[in-house]
Amino acid sequence: MRVLETGNHFVALAVRSAGVEVVPAYPITPQTQVIEKIADLIAEGEMEAEYIPVESEHSACAALISASLTGVRAFSATASHGLVYMHEMLHYAAGIRVPVVMANINRALGPGWNIWCDHQDAISQRDTGWLQVFVSSHQEIVDTVIQAFLVTENRDVLLPMMVNLDAFVLSHTYMDAEVPSPEEVKRYLPPYRPRWRLDTRLPVTHGSVVYPVDFSETRESMKEGQENAREIIREAAKGYEEMFGRWHGDLVEEYRVEDARHLILAMGSAAAECRVAVDSLREEGHSVGLLRVRFFRPFPVEEIRRLCQDRDDLLVMDRNYSYGLSGALYSEVKGVLYGRTNIPVRNLIMGLGGRDVTHQLIERMAVKAWKGELDDITWADSHSTKSHEITKEMLGRFEEMLD
Amino acid sequence: MVSFKSLPEEELFLAGSTACQGCPASLALRIAFKALGSNTILLVVASCTSVLQGSYPHSAINLPLMNAAFATGGATASGVVAGIKALVKRGELEEEPTVLMWAGDGGTYDIGIQALSGAAERETDFIYVCYNNEMYSNTGTQRSGATPIGAWTTTTPGGKVQHRKDIAQIMIAHRIPYVATASLAYPLDFYQKMLKAREIRGTKYIELLAPCPPGWKFPSSKMIEVSRMAVQCGMWLLYEHEDGENRFTGATKRMIEGKVKKKPVVDYLEVQGRFKQVLASPEGKEAERMLEEDVSESIRRLHGWVPEYI
Amino acid sequence: MDKNEKKVGYMTSMSKPGKGCAGDTGEWRVFKPVKDEEKCNHCLLCWIFCPEATITKDIEIDYQYCKGCGICAVECPTGAITMVKEEKQ
Ligand SMILES: Cc1ncc(C[n+]2csc(CCOP(=O)(O)OP(=O)(O)O)c2C)c(N)n1
Ligand code: SF4
Ligand code: SF4
Ligand code: SF4
Ligand SMILES: [Mg+2]
Repeated sequence: MRVLETGNHFVALAVRSAGVEVVPAYPITPQTQVIEKIADLIAEGEMEAEYIPVESEHSACAALISASLTGVRAFSATASHGLVYMHEMLHYAAGIRVPVVMANINRALGPGWNIWCDHQDAISQRDTGWLQVFVSSHQEIVDTVIQAFLVTENRDVLLPMMVNLDAFVLSHTYMDAEVPSPEEVKRYLPPYRPRWRLDTRLPVTHGSVVYPVDFSETRESMKEGQENAREIIREAAKGYEEMFGRWHGDLVEEYRVEDARHLILAMGSAAAECRVAVDSLREEGHSVGLLRVRFFRPFPVEEIRRLCQDRDDLLVMDRNYSYGLSGALYSEVKGVLYGRTNIPVRNLIMGLGGRDVTHQLIERMAVKAWKGELDDITWADSHSTKSHEITKEMLGRFEEMLD
Repeated sequence: MVSFKSLPEEELFLAGSTACQGCPASLALRIAFKALGSNTILLVVASCTSVLQGSYPHSAINLPLMNAAFATGGATASGVVAGIKALVKRGELEEEPTVLMWAGDGGTYDIGIQALSGAAERETDFIYVCYNNEMYSNTGTQRSGATPIGAWTTTTPGGKVQHRKDIAQIMIAHRIPYVATASLAYPLDFYQKMLKAREIRGTKYIELLAPCPPGWKFPSSKMIEVSRMAVQCGMWLLYEHEDGENRFTGATKRMIEGKVKKKPVVDYLEVQGRFKQVLASPEGKEAERMLEEDVSESIRRLHGWVPEYI
Repeated sequence: MDKNEKKVGYMTSMSKPGKGCAGDTGEWRVFKPVKDEEKCNHCLLCWIFCPEATITKDIEIDYQYCKGCGICAVECPTGAITMVKEEKQ
């Protein structure tokens, strides 16, 4: 079925096609349309699922986990403050090994309140054990949500997955895309068969106290789940392409990288802007390509090593910042390349809190980088504004009053 | 009427647990399981019960059990209940299991109150039991919202100066179909309340006073005796709330009806080490008076007035 | 060692129910409850009040796990249970 919808509604439609049975959720801009649409689909009898109107995101994630433990397919959606409010439960979900899927509509974290796009929310949940994928188009939203269940429910993975889509740029814009029907999806994604569940026929205790003598292995098992996921993700993408004829990349997506001397790396919807930049830079005679990092966890270690090593340099764009170091993607890329190459790797920080990511700026920055005119880390779109002057004035008055 | 004889012999709480000697939580679990039987899913939030059940890979609890995060009691129950509904829709479950959420006073009065309130408002069909030992026993006896005035804890070294909350009243305000309190000294009363809760649809809240020997500082052999004294002095009132009405039960009913005399709170305080310091201090009499007033206030709230013979 | 053998595989904190998860907790006892059958009227109070489920409905005490808390002795209405100091070997 081809429809014109917002990115958020596409999430909901994909969730319906995936045969999700329980949806606990709590509203937050810009995620609200996802859960409103799901509530509508259920109310209209178009989707058979239990919607749990929880009173917080911490509870949404708790209910997501416990519902999954009864052996059913469960999904939730959140964003920003909602995601970080779940932090404890994100660890819990991965630690208790539930194959749940959650859409996160990437939004900045306050203060000051900012409902627009950046990746700080998801990146700050990097070490929870969740698989994290960043999509860059409406069609990719649909296809990734469906693939996500196949990956997480794989018995060699059994870890939750966060499907990240950029606030407004993807969540609220209308595009047309193909949504496979529940019947079609069933052929790709079989009904969920849990490895174990809360079942009175075989009572077991889950989540007991674990002493040091046994603990490390439970975490090593999670690590193996993430590592196994790489191959499962590739297979899931391939299988999807075979069945539905659509491909968005697996752990990464390559764009004009083959002969490129320079590579740009980016995640999420900004990649679309990078693609435009690559095209126009190529027209100007620059040899450049784009490597879109889809999966941040598991990190595409092999792909990056294979594709990045023999270039002149790399320019890594981050819509997040790990304070006291650099952008997160940048440090990961450098980390996996360590000892294998000496090419310069530079970091562009841009698009925080919804600031427009434009191909013109990317082009300007790229050319500067290649001329050696950029620092290792550049806050590319940062400048002082009129509003900042007003704050400075107030601070001046405090200085007089308090010092 | 149920009698001890009619109670099932089968033990779903298995001997040889990691609980302290004379643990009230263990006994409460044991009796609750007898009432609910094996078609029960148990959920436990962080508390002494997370620990007294034993450690990996052994468990003292012969029910499907999920240990949940501290603040999540109500929400975890909502998730399980929704999952069960989905399984019923699929035709995979013939008899729906009872969902029992088990939490301490910290997990109920304090960090878990939001999730519990949410579940009650959503009318989640489950039984929530709070075993109230009036402190955070698991982390080494810190104060909670359930700690009474005057009680020593590690974070109220001079005795607590604030009143405890009346959480059962907060639950009643949610208009859930069943709220009850219970005491281990009156096991049949507790058992019957659990049986009743199992038959009612919606959120059921049962709170049990759980005198904790190491936390309250009294010998383990006196656990039942201290439980009984709490009821006899009115510091712990036994009642049910159903169909918009409060009904005193058992020993509390007899006390309110004037059939047995209410005992002074001070007798109850004196058997516990945690009140020793405040009783010996110049503020001792004042603390005693405030606790007596707390009893009167609780009776007034449930009954409308305090009979003069109390 | 083969690389595969080194894998942990799917491993999670799942525990099996059984008696004695804390070992033979009878070893914790300082005092031991001893029942005098003559005095016992089988009222079942000790059975219902035992926090450790170590008294059967026939009022047999399971000394492998009885922790010696003394509740049964205090609550017995006929004084049929006495707490006797354990003899430690
Ligand atoms: C989010 C979080 N904060 C703190 C803790 C530490 N913690 C575990 S149990 C507990 C106290 C539990 O008290 P209560 O609910 O009264 O149960 P009890 O131990 O008294 O049985 C605390 C503070 C935790 N597990 N999780
Ligand atoms: S501290 Fe108290 S509640 Fe906790 S296990 Fe010991 S006796 Fe039971
Ligand atoms: S409490 Fe005493 S009298 Fe009653 S059954 Fe036990 S031992 Fe016998
Ligand atoms: S001493 Fe305690 S544990 Fe032992 S049988 Fe008596 S009540 Fe049970
Ligand atoms: Mg407590």
